[in-house]
Amino acid sequence: MPQVIGVPKEAAADEKRVATVPEIVPKLTKLGFKIVVQSGAGDPASFNDDAYRAAGAEIVQTAAELWGKADIVFKVRAPNAEEIGLLRGGGTLVSFIWPGQNPELLKQLAAKKATVLAMDSVPRISRAQKLDALSSMANIAGYRAVIEAAHHFGRFFTGQITAAGKVPPARVFVIGAGVAGLAAIGAASGLGAIVRANDTRPEVADQVKSMGGEFVPVDYQEEGAGVGGYAKVMSEGFLKAQAEVFAREAKEADIIITTALIPGKPAPKLISAGMVKSMKPGSVIVDLAAEQGGNCELTVPHEVTVKHGVTIIGYTDLPSRLARQSSTLYASNLFRLAEELTKTKDGIINVNMEDEVIRGTTVVKEGSITWPPPAPRLSAAPATVKPAVAVPAVKKGHGEAAEPASAKATVIMFALGAALFWFIGANAPAPFLNHFTVFVLACIVGYMVVWNVTPALHTPLMSVTNAISSIIAIGALVQVAPPLEDVGVDRPVVWILGLAVAALALTSINMFGGFAVTRRMLQMFRK
Amino acid sequence: MSVTMATVSYLGAAILFVLSLGGLSNPETSRRGNVYGMIGMTVAVLATVFGPRVAPIGYAWIVGSMVVGGSIGLYAARVVQMTQMPELVALMHSLVGLAAMLVGYANYIDPAAAGMHEGAEKTIHELEVYIGILIGAVTFSGSVIAFGKLSAKISGKPVLIPGRHWINLVGLLVVIWFGWRFIGTYTVADGMQPLVVMTVIALAFGVHMVMAIGGADMPVVVSMLNSYSGWAAAATGFMLNNDLLIVTGALVGSSGAILSYIMCRAMNRRFVAVIAGGFGSEGGAPAAPGGAQPAGEVVPIQAAETAELLRDAKNVIVVPGYGMAVAQAQHTVYEITRFLREKGVNVRFGIHPVAGRMPGHMNVLLAEAKVPYDIVFEMDEVNDDFPDTDVAMVIGANDIVNPAAQEDPSSPIAGMPVLEVWKARTSIVMKRSMASGYAGVDNPLFYKENNRMLFGDAKKMLEEVLTALNGKR
Repeated sequence: MPQVIGVPKEAAADEKRVATVPEIVPKLTKLGFKIVVQSGAGDPASFNDDAYRAAGAEIVQTAAELWGKADIVFKVRAPNAEEIGLLRGGGTLVSFIWPGQNPELLKQLAAKKATVLAMDSVPRISRAQKLDALSSMANIAGYRAVIEAAHHFGRFFTGQITAAGKVPPARVFVIGAGVAGLAAIGAASGLGAIVRANDTRPEVADQVKSMGGEFVPVDYQEEGAGVGGYAKVMSEGFLKAQAEVFAREAKEADIIITTALIPGKPAPKLISAGMVKSMKPGSVIVDLAAEQGGNCELTVPHEVTVKHGVTIIGYTDLPSRLARQSSTLYASNLFRLAEELTKTKDGIINVNMEDEVIRGTTVVKEGSITWPPPAPRLSAAPATVKPAVAVPAVKKGHGEAAEPASAKATVIMFALGAALFWFIGANAPAPFLNHFTVFVLACIVGYMVVWNVTPALHTPLMSVTNAISSIIAIGALVQVAPPLEDVGVDRPVVWILGLAVAALALTSINMFGGFAVTRRMLQMFRK
Repeated sequence: MSVTMATVSYLGAAILFVLSLGGLSNPETSRRGNVYGMIGMTVAVLATVFGPRVAPIGYAWIVGSMVVGGSIGLYAARVVQMTQMPELVALMHSLVGLAAMLVGYANYIDPAAAGMHEGAEKTIHELEVYIGILIGAVTFSGSVIAFGKLSAKISGKPVLIPGRHWINLVGLLVVIWFGWRFIGTYTVADGMQPLVVMTVIALAFGVHMVMAIGGADMPVVVSMLNSYSGWAAAATGFMLNNDLLIVTGALVGSSGAILSYIMCRAMNRRFVAVIAGGFGSEGGAPAAPGGAQPAGEVVPIQAAETAELLRDAKNVIVVPGYGMAVAQAQHTVYEITRFLREKGVNVRFGIHPVAGRMPGHMNVLLAEAKVPYDIVFEMDEVNDDFPDTDVAMVIGANDIVNPAAQEDPSSPIAGMPVLEVWKARTSIVMKRSMASGYAGVDNPLFYKENNRMLFGDAKKMLEEVLTALNGKR
C-alpha cells in the first residue's frame, strides 16, 4: 500500500510558498507515492488546483481532511500548534523546523510519536547539495534583495552616458559571500552595478570574482571558516579591523546588502548607526539577517524604515516574495529527499539512520529527539585543498621520464657518444663519414623541426612524413636501368629489373596516396 | 642532366622536405607544407630519372610502374574514410618497408653496384645492405600486423608468448651471427643464404613485436613504424651512396621517433616499456581486486535529459574517444555543437593526446566534420577549465577520463595524465556498456555522484539528443 504525501496550504498569513508544484507531482508519483494537495495551497504562488489535478494529485478541501489522509506531510514553515494537533500519531513531517531555536516544538512533535525531517538541518556535504533547501532559499533571497534594493533606490544601477548627461553606476557592497551573498553579487553586477564584497573566509575571494564582484579583504590574520563551511565568531582585533573596512566602504556605497549569519547565534552587528549616518542620502541597506536580529543596528525586522535618509529593508520573507520560483526549487529539494528516502521506489519511505544525509536531516525519529546529529566529518574547505596536494605527489612517483636528465645521466650520454664517434672515426672510410655527417645533422634538423608540431596535426604530419619516406623510390629508380659502362660481369638483369619495378610501383602507391590523403585531410582543417 | 645538376636538385629537394615538415607544425601553414613536400618529391624523382644514373631505356618501365602505383595510391586516398586513417597509414608504412627490402636485394645481386668496393668499403657496403634489408623487413611485417590490429582483422589484445624477451634476444644474436657470416662471403650465391635467413627472422621479429603491443598503445606503434620506414630509407641511402635518401630518411626517422616519444610522455609510459609490450597485462598484478573497487552507483540518463542539460549549460566541453570514431558520430557531434553555439553556449573540445588509434586521430575526425579547429583544444589547455564547466560530454572514451590515474597509485594507469571531466558540474559518459577500456581498468568516474551514463551506440544516442534539442527550439 503506497504512502500518501499531503501538501497543506501554509497557515502563516504572509507565507506564499507551497511545498510541491505541479511539475514535481508526477515525479513523486513515479516514486510510488499518492499525492494529496489542499485546495488553494498553490494559489499565492500562482499554481491553481486544476494544474495540480492535471498533474495527477488529488485535491481535498479542508486542512483537517488533508492531515488526516497523509502519511507524510510536506510543508514549508514549521507547523503551528493547531497543525501539530492535526498531525497523525506516528506520521512523518518534512518542513523547516529550526530545532535550535524551537526546542519546545521538537518536544510537542516527539509527543505525537512523529518522525520529523528538518529541511534546515540537511548536512552540508556534497552528496546532499541537491536537497539543500537552505541554499535554494538563500539564492532566491540574495536575488530578491537586489531587486528590493533597486526598487527603493532612486537611480539606475548601470552607468550610462546619455544626451542629458552622465550617470555613474551604482556601487553595491555585499557583506557575507555565502549562497545569498553570491547570488546578490551576481544579480547586482548583472544589472550593471559596481559590486564589492567582504567575507570573513578569505577562500571565497575567487567565488566573489567569478560572480563579477571585487573582493575587499580585511587586513588581519585570522582563519574564518568554521565547521561545515559556515562562518564562525571572530576575535576582537579582527572585528575592529573589519569595522574600519566597513566604515570606509559605507561612505562610498549606494547600496549595502548584508548576509552575515553564524549558525545558532544572533546575527553579528556589523553596520553601526554611525556608518548609516555616513552614507549618502537615498542609499539603501538590505538586511538579510533581519530575522536573527539584523546585521545593521537600525534594522527593524519585517519592516522598511528610513533612518538618516537611508532606506533600511528588514524583510524576513524574501523567498516568499518570489513564491513561484522558491516553491519550485523547494519542491525539487523535497523530491530529492523523497528519492533518498525511497531507494526502492515502492512508495514506502525508509528513514535509514545509517545514511549520513538522512541521519543529519532527521530531528525526531518515531517520538525520540535525535537533534543535534553528530558533527559532520568533512568540512568543505579542507576537502578542496587536499586533492591539490595529493596530485603532484602521485605524479612525482611516475613522472621521472619527463623530468630533465640528471647531470650524471648527461655525463654518461656524452661519454657514450664520444666513444661511438671515436670508434667510427678510427674505423670507417672517408666516403662513409661524409654520409654519416649528413645523416646525423639531418636527424637533428628533423628533431628541431618536428618538436613544436601542434598535437592536432600529428596525423597529417605522419601522413606527410610517410609520403616523404617514399623517397626510397630513388633507390629503385637508379636500379631500373643504370647506364652500364661494361663492368665485364654478368648482371642478372631480369631479376634486378623485376625487383626494382616492383619496389617502384609500391613506393608510388605510397607517394601519390600519401600526399593526396594529406591534402585531403588538411583541407578539412578550418577555423 | 649532369652529376652536379642532379646533386643540386637533391639539395633543393632536401630543403623542401625540411620546409614541408616545418609547415606542418601549424594549421595555417600546413597546406603549404604539403605542397612543399610534393614539389620536393617531384624534383627528386625528375632529377633522378633524367640524371646520370638512369639510362633512357628504363623510362618505359619507370613510367609504367609509377602510373600503376600512383593510380592505386590516388584511388585509395580518395575512398578512404577518415576513421580508417590509422589503417591506411600503417599499410603505407608496410609498402615502404617492403620496397626497402626489394631495393636491398636488387642492390645486392647487382654486381655493378658491389664491384666498385674493396676492403673496409666493401664490408661497410655489405653491412649497409644487411641493415637496410633488416629494417625494411621489420617495418614491413610490423606494419602489416599493425594494419591487421587497427582494422580489427586481428584481435587488439596483446599476444604475449612466454619468454618473449629471450626469443627476441636469441633472434638478435642469430641475426648478428649471420651478419658476420654474410660479410665474410665473396659471391652473391654464398651471401644469399644468410641474407634470406636474416630476412625471415626480421619478418618474424616484426610480427612478434607488434603482436605483443596492446590496442591502447597503437598510437605509439604507428608513429614508431613511421620512424622505422624513415630509417629504412636512410639505410638504403647509405647503401646507394645517396645523400638525399639519407637526409630524407633521417628526417622521417627522427620525426617519427619524436612523435613516439611525445605519445609515450602523454601516457606517462617509458618508450621501452611500450615496445616490450603488453599494456594492462603486466601492470594488472598490483591492481588488487579488493582494494580499488569503486563505490557508489551508476546513474543512467536518457537522451532527452541530456539535451536538457546541454541546453541549460553555459560551458560545455566535449571529450571524444575512439568510440566516436567507431560509431562515425563526428558529424552528429558537429550538428549538436553548431546548434549549441548558435544558442550562445560555449562549446569546446578537449582532446587527449592518445585518444583514438593514432596521434591526432580525433583532430582529423573533427576537422572532417567541419568543427573549427580553434574550438578544439589539447588536454593541457582545457584541463584547468573543467571546474567552470557545466557539462562535460564524454563520447566513447574511457581510460583517458579515468580518475584512478590520479587517485589510485596501484592502478595500472596511475600517473597517466587524464582529462579531469569529473570536476565539471555534470559529466555525461556515452558508452555502449559498462565494459572497461583497452587498459582493462574499471573506471571510478562512472560511479561518481555528478556523473550520468548515456548507454547506447554513440551515433544513435547523439542523434536522439539532437532531435530532442531541435524539438524544443
